[in-house]
Amino acid sequence: MVTNITSFGRSGLSDWLMQRVSAVVLAVYTVFMVAYLLFNPDLDYYTWSGLFNQTWMRIFSLLAFISIAAHAWIGLWTVTTDYLKSTRLRVGAQTLIILAIFVYLVWGIQILWGA
Amino acid sequence: MSNLRSLTFDAIIIGGGGSGLRAALELAKSGKKTAVLSKVFPTRSHTVSAQGGITCAIASADPQDDWRWHMYDTVKGGDYIADQDAAEYMCSEGPKAVFELEHMGLPFSRFDNGRIYQRPFGGQSKNFGEGGQAARTCAAADRTGHALLHTLYQNNLKNNTTFLNEWYAVDLVKNANGDVVGCIAMCIETGEVVHVKSKATVLATGGAGRIYASTTNALINTGDGIGMALRAGFPMQDMEMWQFHPTGIYGAGTLVTEGCRGEGGYLINKDGERFMERYAPNAKDLAGRDVVARSMVMEILEGRGCGEKGDHVFLKLDHLGEEVLGKRLPGIVELSKTFAHVDPAKDPIPVVPTCHYMMGGIPTNVHGQAILQDEDGNDQIINGLFACGEAACVSVHGANRLGGNSLLDLVVFGRAAGMFIEGALNEGIEYLDASESDIESAMKRITRWNESEGGESIPELKAELQSIMQNSFGVFREEKNMVEGVQKLAELRGRIANAYLPDKSNAFNTARVEALELDNLMEVAEATAIAALERKESRGAHSRYDYPDRDDVNWLKHSLYFPLTKELKQRDVNFKPKTVDTFEPKVRTY
Amino acid sequence: MSNLQVSVYRYNPETDSAPYMQEFQVDTKGRDLMVLDVLHLMKEQDSGLAFRRSCREGVCGSDGMNMNGKNGLACITPLSDVVKNNKLTLRPLPGLPVIRDMVVDMGIFYKQYERIQPYLQNETPAPAIERLQSPEERDKLDGLYECILCACCSTSCPSFWWNPDKFVGPAGLLQSYRFLADSRDTATRERLTDLEDPFSVFRCRGIMNCVAVCPKGLNPTRAIGKIREMLLADAT
Repeated sequence: MVTNITSFGRSGLSDWLMQRVSAVVLAVYTVFMVAYLLFNPDLDYYTWSGLFNQTWMRIFSLLAFISIAAHAWIGLWTVTTDYLKSTRLRVGAQTLIILAIFVYLVWGIQILWGA
Repeated sequence: MSNLRSLTFDAIIIGGGGSGLRAALELAKSGKKTAVLSKVFPTRSHTVSAQGGITCAIASADPQDDWRWHMYDTVKGGDYIADQDAAEYMCSEGPKAVFELEHMGLPFSRFDNGRIYQRPFGGQSKNFGEGGQAARTCAAADRTGHALLHTLYQNNLKNNTTFLNEWYAVDLVKNANGDVVGCIAMCIETGEVVHVKSKATVLATGGAGRIYASTTNALINTGDGIGMALRAGFPMQDMEMWQFHPTGIYGAGTLVTEGCRGEGGYLINKDGERFMERYAPNAKDLAGRDVVARSMVMEILEGRGCGEKGDHVFLKLDHLGEEVLGKRLPGIVELSKTFAHVDPAKDPIPVVPTCHYMMGGIPTNVHGQAILQDEDGNDQIINGLFACGEAACVSVHGANRLGGNSLLDLVVFGRAAGMFIEGALNEGIEYLDASESDIESAMKRITRWNESEGGESIPELKAELQSIMQNSFGVFREEKNMVEGVQKLAELRGRIANAYLPDKSNAFNTARVEALELDNLMEVAEATAIAALERKESRGAHSRYDYPDRDDVNWLKHSLYFPLTKELKQRDVNFKPKTVDTFEPKVRTY
Repeated sequence: MSNLQVSVYRYNPETDSAPYMQEFQVDTKGRDLMVLDVLHLMKEQDSGLAFRRSCREGVCGSDGMNMNGKNGLACITPLSDVVKNNKLTLRPLPGLPVIRDMVVDMGIFYKQYERIQPYLQNETPAPAIERLQSPEERDKLDGLYECILCACCSTSCPSFWWNPDKFVGPAGLLQSYRFLADSRDTATRERLTDLEDPFSVFRCRGIMNCVAVCPKGLNPTRAIGKIREMLLADAT
């Protein structure tokens, strides 16, 4: 077995499964969004913020945010391990990526529940 | 001291094919310091090309099957110069060796009851030839050799055998007493030459079909072990006995398994006639390989050959149907499409008898110990030297090998040699070390090539050798042609001794390997030629126009070729099996 | 004119500071030769040209190489399959260190093969005869055991190029599944445990180059999918 400590779930199987589950969540979220926009051609601010004031939509959106964070982490981690052969460079890139994902996630939660 | 680096092992096995790997496995399991030295990565050895199967009385297809029937077939198939004690050992120990392979993981095809699938092969009978055709060849589809070789390699990995892969053994090293105490070997990747010291040197180098222009053999089958033993002055047994496989693909020479005929295929001439019915009314297409090959040549010579030149016949398989072909003969379908541009499910495959197997080789006993003959004609063990597989002549195949017996030979006698060496090492072996001059004499040949400054080219000389052998020592032989052939070979030997190796580099120099191989081809070819000329009878695969009959009065014997004098002597055939009655020579019909 | 233009990768570490492509003119006499035959004709012109070969019928796996951009076995690849505009370019298998000319160092490829423990494991006492296996159970090994270790698949796989030390590669994984699928093997759990990290199996991205080049028509991608299914079934 190849050991690793920086992958998302420390296991290829859990990463693989997470990648697929998160992809399904994101697909459903995307389909929902596209459909919502199509059915509301004259969308205004109040309808839009009304949607996001509902708890189920906030949970749904949070799920999508977490999914995109996990999906990005697993995918970008793979890319760094494929192409960045210098350990220093790779760990640096991985740190930047995880930091960015963390910032976006917290910012997203703040937007959803803030104000 | 010599400036060569030396490597020391309890046992060195030269050759990574079926018999070498089986011997190595036995020794590795026992914890002896063993190395397999192979000029190719082991799974590239020629065993991988074996198709049809491994013949053995495991009583799967027929619960009544008996190893004695198999032994009878083997002795009869060998035209009565197979040693009966050896045939007895192989056929009775066979089932154990085959079950071991299965336990190691060999993916045999299966019958519905879960047992190993067995198919009919040529020369097989029940009840000592009285009970009709037997089905005794255990098969993994038509890739049995591949499955067997990979299984053995895998189990050697499991048991941590040391491998010297892509190393080439140059010559044997003998001490002052004439004992074999190792060899000179070259790492092909780096060109480094080393002295390998060993208490037991096993030649498992396989056959030498590349002495013929047309052969089913791999390009690596250059008789390296035979060449080494001959140069060391050791005799060779039954070298005139070369099997021509009835079904080599016309033009390409690649093998089409006898299993095709075992599954119900048959040969036809240009009139579409199933001609084997005339030559072998009972066994028909499943007569001995020598019989079928000769019948095919007769058809061609009498003008019933197929194709524009009328120089081949057809193997008909389409009546078997795509399902049987796909299930039982998938490799053959692939090969015929690639090399004959024929889909056997629709059209017959053009085939011609093609050099396939060397029945002769280094004479050994059933323990794999190499034997020479002293001046009084008595057998004498060569200390330190062992042989098994196609390079050895135990002899279980006599004058003609039965299909499926070669794989059995490999595993039974590879295992036997391994077990014997283990025992001998446990008892303790001490031989005199090789002296500086002993090592030097084993280095002579490679030094000669490395210092060559001009002369004829290696590929041209090789082609010439192959064409001499093909023209003078083929399926049918006769005095005049063979005398000419022997003369041409003698002249060729002189030219090869002065041939030129242009590339003297060290990194993966394949030209040097081919030069060293050419020497071995030369040794094998000359041994074959002289033995064939001297055996004045027709027996098994050795068929002469000028002596068309078997001569049991003068030639119910092994031939023994002595390289230093280029003489042919005789050696007694063993007619004393331990547990069964002797099979007395009978007229051989199928 | 039946002269074929062959461009071949040359590198001899003793004399060349860098690899280069050498041009050969080969007279095929109009025949549809196999690429290996062409190499032999070239070796008659220049005996220094190094390449591996053995069985010359596609079962030993020695002469895997890159022919006009695609991996395959030289001995069973007819010119008519690869030659375009009378030109043939031969290069060693990509991604492995070159020893000389067409000869590559396959060490890391074999190491990945050895890593999956490519031998049957069954500690239960063996019966006096063979272990029984039904034809249906045996059928599961078809398409797996036929691998000849030519490395055409693994050296055409980008995932193997990037991580040859960590990703087992298509050839090794095909053999891994050959033992996972064998009804006689009892080490399934240990085999799976060894494969569940993010590299060994999961670095496969389903590119399927392996399937496209396998000279024996095998399908490593399918085998990898089956291993993933087994891992999932085992862990959930």
